[in-house]
Amino acid sequence: MHEWALAEAIIRCVEDATGGKGGVEEVYIVVGELQSIDLEVLRWALGELSRGTRLEQATFKFEVERAEFACRNCGKRWSLSDASLGEEEREAVHFVPELVHSFVKCPACGSPDFEVVKGRGVWVKYIRLREG
Amino acid sequence: MDPRLSVIGERLEEVARIIVVCSGKGGVGKSLIASLTSLLSSRSGLRVGLLDLDFHGPSCHIILGARKASPLEDRGLVPPTVAGVRLMSLAFLAGDKPIPLRGADVTNALLELLAITRWGRLDLLIVDSPPGMGEEILDVARILRRAEALLVTTPSPLSLSTVSRLVQLLKSLRTPIVGVLENMRREEEGEVAREARRWGVRYLGWLPYDPEIEAAIGDPARLLSTQLARRLGEALREAGILR
Repeated sequence: MHEWALAEAIIRCVEDATGGKGGVEEVYIVVGELQSIDLEVLRWALGELSRGTRLEQATFKFEVERAEFACRNCGKRWSLSDASLGEEEREAVHFVPELVHSFVKCPACGSPDFEVVKGRGVWVKYIRLREG
Repeated sequence: MDPRLSVIGERLEEVARIIVVCSGKGGVGKSLIASLTSLLSSRSGLRVGLLDLDFHGPSCHIILGARKASPLEDRGLVPPTVAGVRLMSLAFLAGDKPIPLRGADVTNALLELLAITRWGRLDLLIVDSPPGMGEEILDVARILRRAEALLVTTPSPLSLSTVSRLVQLLKSLRTPIVGVLENMRREEEGEVAREARRWGVRYLGWLPYDPEIEAAIGDPARLLSTQLARRLGEALREAGILR
């Protein structure tokens, strides 16, 4: 997902989850490596979009989960750094991570039938509210 | 918490109406009818979008002659406008590569596409669905709760049998059904109209088997001048989809 679109989604998600319960102090976000998110751009977009909201004073913390694949055909496990993606392919996977299945094959047997075991998606792990 | 679910409603808040073209059966002309419906809607003055959810076999971009189009990156993806239709398809990102997705991957790709696509203000969003009654149908019913279904069948008993199952499913999911279109009719038959009455679904009329249509694929102006487009336009006006 695009960083700005993702920031919009995170702000909306945190507002929905905290439902008017005061200011937000910290938001902890896990980002799958497959998303190829530029964390500095995401941090900037979150800062811009949280102005005038209950997240205005919030600190955004990020954790990147490394991507790991497992072949359903031969059982081989490998990581994103083992895969060679071109610029356009990386861009496509950035927008829709499932497209990794179009561009990556098992390095052992060549099958495109693999599972993304880890490192896909973005989720809010926890939200800390401001006391008082 | 998955933030994508929080933003999808916002992405579609300026979309007045969502119609999913579906059948359950492959090869009955869903993509062609979805694409033609979009073209006819645009020509009648509606602001229209077309979302191709047939991830395994996307073809709306081919029908509309938009193989070289691509979305614009602007705080997400803005669909390209082709012959007046804002078109979004995974084919714009995957090119001609296969898109071999399993169940959960289909759901994730759908959520991602809905979360990143900035449709803007639309009178109508047409969704082309794949064959089957899997993730695309179930997820659309779950996520796009105000979507209505436009059913397509041929007169073949093989198609009717599947559409009959789909009607039952859509009713269970409480998805409103606009009606059923009979496509590729070659001779006088009345089975589809009778079946539609039995299902409690409005019969919207029949469309002829049009041997000219293949030659018009990729050329929106020529598509709009076909007998099929003319008949479809009449049926869609009757159904209240077109002005």
